Amino acid sequence: MGNEAIGIGALRAGVTVALGYPGTPSSEVLETIARERRDGVYVEWSVNEKSALEVGAGAAIAGARVLVTMKQVGLNVASDPLMSLNYLGVRGGMVVMAADDPGPISSQTEQDTRHFGKYAKLAVFDPSSPEEAYGMIADAYECSEAIGRPVLFRPTTRVCHSYASVTLRDDLDVPRKYGFKRDGGRWVIFPRLAYASHMEIERGLSSLADEFSSYPGNGKWGSGARGIASGGVSWLYVQEAYRDINKECRLLKVATVPFPARLGVEFLQGLDEVLVVEELDPVIERELIFLCGERGIPVTVKGKLSGHMPNAGENTPERVREAMDIFLGGGERLEVSSTADQTESPALPGRPPVLCAGCPHRGSFFAVKEAAHGRKAVFSGDIGCYTLGNALPLDMLDTCLCMGAGITMAQGLNLAEPDSLNFAFIGDSTFFHTGIPGIINAVYNGHNIIVAILDNSTTAMTGGQPHPGVGKTIMGRQTVKIGIQGILSSIGVERIERVNAFDVAAAKAAVVRAMEGDGVRAIIFEGECITLSRRENNACMVDEHLCIGCSLCVKKLGCPALTLQGKYARIDAVSCTGCGICKSLCATRAIVGGE
Amino acid sequence: MIVTNCLIAGVGGQGTVLASRLIASAALERGLDVRGCETIGMAQRGGSVLSHVRLGNNIASPLISPKGADVILAFEVCEGARALRYLKPDGLMIACDRSIQPAGASGGGYNSDDMLMFIRSRTTRLHVLSADIINGRCGARSINVAILGAAVACGAFPFSMEDMEKIIEARFNEVYANMNKIALRLGERLALGR
Repeated sequence: MGNEAIGIGALRAGVTVALGYPGTPSSEVLETIARERRDGVYVEWSVNEKSALEVGAGAAIAGARVLVTMKQVGLNVASDPLMSLNYLGVRGGMVVMAADDPGPISSQTEQDTRHFGKYAKLAVFDPSSPEEAYGMIADAYECSEAIGRPVLFRPTTRVCHSYASVTLRDDLDVPRKYGFKRDGGRWVIFPRLAYASHMEIERGLSSLADEFSSYPGNGKWGSGARGIASGGVSWLYVQEAYRDINKECRLLKVATVPFPARLGVEFLQGLDEVLVVEELDPVIERELIFLCGERGIPVTVKGKLSGHMPNAGENTPERVREAMDIFLGGGERLEVSSTADQTESPALPGRPPVLCAGCPHRGSFFAVKEAAHGRKAVFSGDIGCYTLGNALPLDMLDTCLCMGAGITMAQGLNLAEPDSLNFAFIGDSTFFHTGIPGIINAVYNGHNIIVAILDNSTTAMTGGQPHPGVGKTIMGRQTVKIGIQGILSSIGVERIERVNAFDVAAAKAAVVRAMEGDGVRAIIFEGECITLSRRENNACMVDEHLCIGCSLCVKKLGCPALTLQGKYARIDAVSCTGCGICKSLCATRAIVGGE
Repeated sequence: MIVTNCLIAGVGGQGTVLASRLIASAALERGLDVRGCETIGMAQRGGSVLSHVRLGNNIASPLISPKGADVILAFEVCEGARALRYLKPDGLMIACDRSIQPAGASGGGYNSDDMLMFIRSRTTRLHVLSADIINGRCGARSINVAILGAAVACGAFPFSMEDMEKIIEARFNEVYANMNKIALRLGERLALGR
């Protein structure tokens, strides 16, 4: 997997400190490093991306080679320290891997980290494949140490989660330069230092733009009056289509910010037209247009800005092939994804992701839903598996913005509508990530909210990573287990309910109690993620003599193990885990077995 | 160099990732390059998932284009129908008749016989494996490996059943290796009618 290649490549490049916060598609990099690490390599799931970056900054200033991993929206959380760290600089190489997610497939935004790099004045490395990423991460360290500043490494989902044959190379011989050196305010950011650094950063970027023109990750090939410029995984689609179409054209591959200007000019000179094939923002496209204007090169640049390529979503090999066919003129057009193909197909039902059978969140959402039935209420959600609580029939999420925002948005919603009940659902890992300050805000400012903490003892959506409430680290070490209830009471939440998420009746009673009165009230719903505690052969069954076909279990819970067969409920014995939540709402007690 | 493009379609949780890893490992063992891509993330929670596996040398794209798959392994009947647009006109399809209806009110149901009929009408080389038989002999969690066994037995890949057994032995402990080898051979028998 690309993420494994990046992790192993980072170890090869002498990384000794690796930190991050889980987020699709980035999570497997740190897991790989934890698995493959040699002695002396430290790995940590930090509480959030900002903490990870700051711990990393300290280690890098003291000379260690550091990797910090996150997904693109995690970079937003870490942007405060990263922007300033660039001005401060580092001694040991520091690579911040922010994985972008065109599509988006598992994200809130389609932001482009190459743009972030330009904004933050950081160099960015943008690999196109797992094997390129494996070597490129070492180049990123070399670059970071040469310029004395952190650099960004930006794979996308189809690099992170694709796999390829990668030939491993010998470890690099990295001179160690450990130890913090006091140096008269050298590591203290002040306006005067920032001014001086800014000048140096600009000088550094313009010399990098030149050096990157001969960087092997960038390059140009071919001949002719038409050119195709690309980068990232799109480059692989371009290569494949180029081979198939077999028409004369020039190719430009760009894998860096700053843009390799000299290479770009060489590519442009003598061309009539360029098609730019890239995902997310038109970064390469704008650079080429800029060069054309700056150097007076008369080339038409086609891409996202001109409407020749889509502005949103990910590229696919067939769409790139189609665009190149059109651009390169005539030729055989592939019949791609024509709707005619599917005309005789029976209607294919959508299959959005759902809470797993046996998921404790189903019990929590259902208990709140039942308790708040008939009351004016707004349900704020957050980022994690429980975002799936928005799906019908549970339909229990009215808002979702970013990590930690459910708790704070609920406060604002209540300000604008004080007669409403305002619930904020947040998972355990998200609670530690950015939930706590929002609760302090609510207690301090006297907001009226009900915080529902869905504690499933893991960071579930990203594959089950440990967090501060779990009692162990990514390196397998036992550690202190930080209790959510203790945190809540210490910050002044006086009314805390703690319930078993699978015990719907007790959970509902707790919610009813929490709905009374005002101030900050918290309910901790406890129930282990089913991926941690699944037992085989524990399924519930429907007693067909007792089922009256009311279908409430199917229509209210949205459990993937529950379907209607004809009039009666049926439980799929393979997917049912026997959690028993459905038993609690069967009036005729027709559901038997399980726990 | 001949390229084998294999698409694996299923519902999140059915083991598409494992199946693609097994194929990739067997191909690597044979000295072939592999390239591919998995669906990892939100869709793994019961959504539609696709694994693209490409074997051979000089492959650039990790994704297979529509009408580009030599073989499709479908672990679920509706997902098989959804993936059909990727199959080459003369491509091989191994499908399980297992039906996983979308949950609750979130999707609307479908008739699995209609899906199977559609698949039959659009394929020239098709084997449908009975989920009940696989379930009865090996447990429903073995559907992925049974389907894989059927495909290997049909000559879909540049490696043999024995090659795949060796990969399974190397990957799992003895108990799981034996379970998976039984599922693999069951798939072979069901496909070849033995």
